[in-house]
Amino acid sequence: MPLDSGASIGPVSVAYTTCGTLNADASNAILVCHALTGDHYVVGRHPVTAKPGWWELAVGPGLAIDTDRYFVICSNVLGGCMGTTGPKEVDPATGKPYGMGFPVITIGDMVRLQKLLIDHLGIERLFCVIGGSMGAMQALQWAVDYPECVYGAIPIAGAARHSAQNIAFHEVGRQAIMADPDWHQGDYLLHDKRPTGGLSVARMAAHITYLSETALHRKFGRNLQDRKALGFGFDADFQVESYLRHQGFTFVDRFDANSYLYITRAMDYFDLPARHGGRLQDCFRVDGRATPVRFCLISFSSDWLFPTRESRKIVHALNAVAANVSSVEIESDKGHDSFLLDEPQFHAVLSGFLEGLAEHRGLKAVG
Amino acid sequence: MNHFEPRVPLPDLPDAHGREIRTDLRPIADMVASGSRVLDVGCGDGALLHYLWRAKRVDGRGLEISHEGVRMCISRGLSVTQGDADTDLADFPSGAFDCVILSQTLQTVRAPRVVLEHLVRIGRQAIVSFPNFGYWRVRLALLRTGRMPVTSGLPLQWYDTPNIHLCTIRDFAILCGEMGVEIDRSLALRRSGQIQEMPPGHRANLLAETAIFLLRRR
Repeated sequence: MPLDSGASIGPVSVAYTTCGTLNADASNAILVCHALTGDHYVVGRHPVTAKPGWWELAVGPGLAIDTDRYFVICSNVLGGCMGTTGPKEVDPATGKPYGMGFPVITIGDMVRLQKLLIDHLGIERLFCVIGGSMGAMQALQWAVDYPECVYGAIPIAGAARHSAQNIAFHEVGRQAIMADPDWHQGDYLLHDKRPTGGLSVARMAAHITYLSETALHRKFGRNLQDRKALGFGFDADFQVESYLRHQGFTFVDRFDANSYLYITRAMDYFDLPARHGGRLQDCFRVDGRATPVRFCLISFSSDWLFPTRESRKIVHALNAVAANVSSVEIESDKGHDSFLLDEPQFHAVLSGFLEGLAEHRGLKAVG
Repeated sequence: MNHFEPRVPLPDLPDAHGREIRTDLRPIADMVASGSRVLDVGCGDGALLHYLWRAKRVDGRGLEISHEGVRMCISRGLSVTQGDADTDLADFPSGAFDCVILSQTLQTVRAPRVVLEHLVRIGRQAIVSFPNFGYWRVRLALLRTGRMPVTSGLPLQWYDTPNIHLCTIRDFAILCGEMGVEIDRSLALRRSGQIQEMPPGHRANLLAETAIFLLRRR
C-alpha cells in the first residue's frame, strides 16, 4: 500500500467490527471512525479492558446510529495497536516488531486503508462516514478523497487542520514517552520493557485537554482524595490528581506507546487545504462543482481543543462552494469528550440528520 | 413580469406535527418553484423549509442564528447551518440558489441594505417579508399614544423587540429602486389573513400588516 510519505507498506492487516445488516444494494453502510486512542470496539465488551464499547451511547438498536437500520463498520486505524498493522506488529522484512522502523503515516493513509476494507466488503458508496476528533479528520478526508463514495459525512468536534496548540500538546506527550528510559528508542518490545511511565504522563496531559475547566471543577473541585487534610507531600492529595493518575495507569494496559507517537504525528500532519493551495473551499470542489457529499458538522460549546470556530471554518468553505451542509454547536460544559458522553441534544441531531439523509438517499428500513 | 411557474394550488400536505403551514408562510411557499434550490435565511424552526421539501421537493438550505432553531431543523432532517445573516451571507457564491428567502428577518439585521444586496446576489430571485411599519394601525397607535406601537404584527415593547430596523413598504420600495433591485411582485397581507397583490404605493402601505416582495437584481 502506497503512503503519503512516498514509502509503502505491506502486507497490511485491518481489524474491524461490524454491527447490523448490510442491505441488498449495500446502501446502508455507515463507517464510524475512531479517535486517537479509540479502536474498533464501538459496541460490546472490550477484550482488554472488559469495559463497554466506546460509543455504546450512540450506536445500537434504536439509538442515534440505529443498527436495526444501518450496517455499521468500524476499523482500527493504520498505525493502531488493536490488530491493524502498526508499530508493535512484526515487520515481515526483519522478523521483528516495526518499532520506529514503521513509516510515518497520515490521516490520508488511514482512510486509504479504510477504502480498501470498504471495497473488500463490496460497498461502493458509504451511506455516511461519522467520526469525532481524529475520527472527524478521517470523515473529512473521506469526503475530500472519495466524494463519489460517500453520501453523507458527519465530522464531530474536528478541524480542517491541526492547530499549533494541538501540535504542541501532542509534542508534550511524545516527549514524555521518549524521555522514558524504558522506551529504548522505540525498541522496548525487544528489551521486554514498556515505557509505561512516559505513556501514562502523555495520557494524563492529553486527558486534561479532552475536558473543560467547568467539568473538572464540577467533578473534583479541590476535593481531597481519601484524606481529611493536605498531606504536605507529593502523593495524590487531590481527587483530580488521583483521577488523572488512574487515567494514565489504565491507558498503558491497552495502548502501545509507539502507536501513540505515530498516530499523534498523523494528526499533526493533518492539513486538508494544504494540497489545494491553502484554500479549504477548493477541497470541496469536484470537477469544478460543489462536492455531492452532504455534510453535518457538529461541535461543542466547551470544547477548547477543537473549538466551534474550527468547524465554522469548514462550514464557511462548504458554503463558499454552495455545498449541502448542516452545522450546529451543541451546548455542553463537558469539553471535547462530549461526543462520547450522554448528550441527548447531540444524539437528537445525529439521528435527525441521518433520518433526513436516509430520506434523500431513498433508504428503506432493513427487512 | 412574473418569472415563476404558473401558480398551482399546493397539495395540502401536513408537516411533521400534522399542522398546516403558517398563513404568513403560505404565500412565500406559493412563490417557490418545485424542485428549485432555496436558501432560507433566518429559517427559525424550519417550518417553511420542511414544508417546501414535503410539498415541492425543494432542495433547501437554511441559515439560522439560534442554537435551538438549528437543532430543531437538523433533527427534522433539514440542511441548516448556524450563522448570522449579517456576517455569513458573504460566504455564499453568486447565483448559488434559485431563490433566497428572508422571512420576517430583515428588520432584525444590523445592515439591512447589505443583507438585501447579498440576497439578490446569491439568489436568482429573492423573497423578502417584513412587518410594515406604515400599516394604518401602527401609525394610529403612534399618533394616539405617542409611544412605540405594540400591535399584533409588532407584539413586543421597544426594549424587548429584536426589531432594530423597522421600515414601511414605501421605504423598502425606495431602497430597492436605489439599489437597482427589481420588484417582480408585491403582496399585502391584511390582518384578516387576506392576501392581495398590490403595488408598493400608499394604499399597500396603509393596508398591509405584512409585506411580501419578490425581487431580483436588475
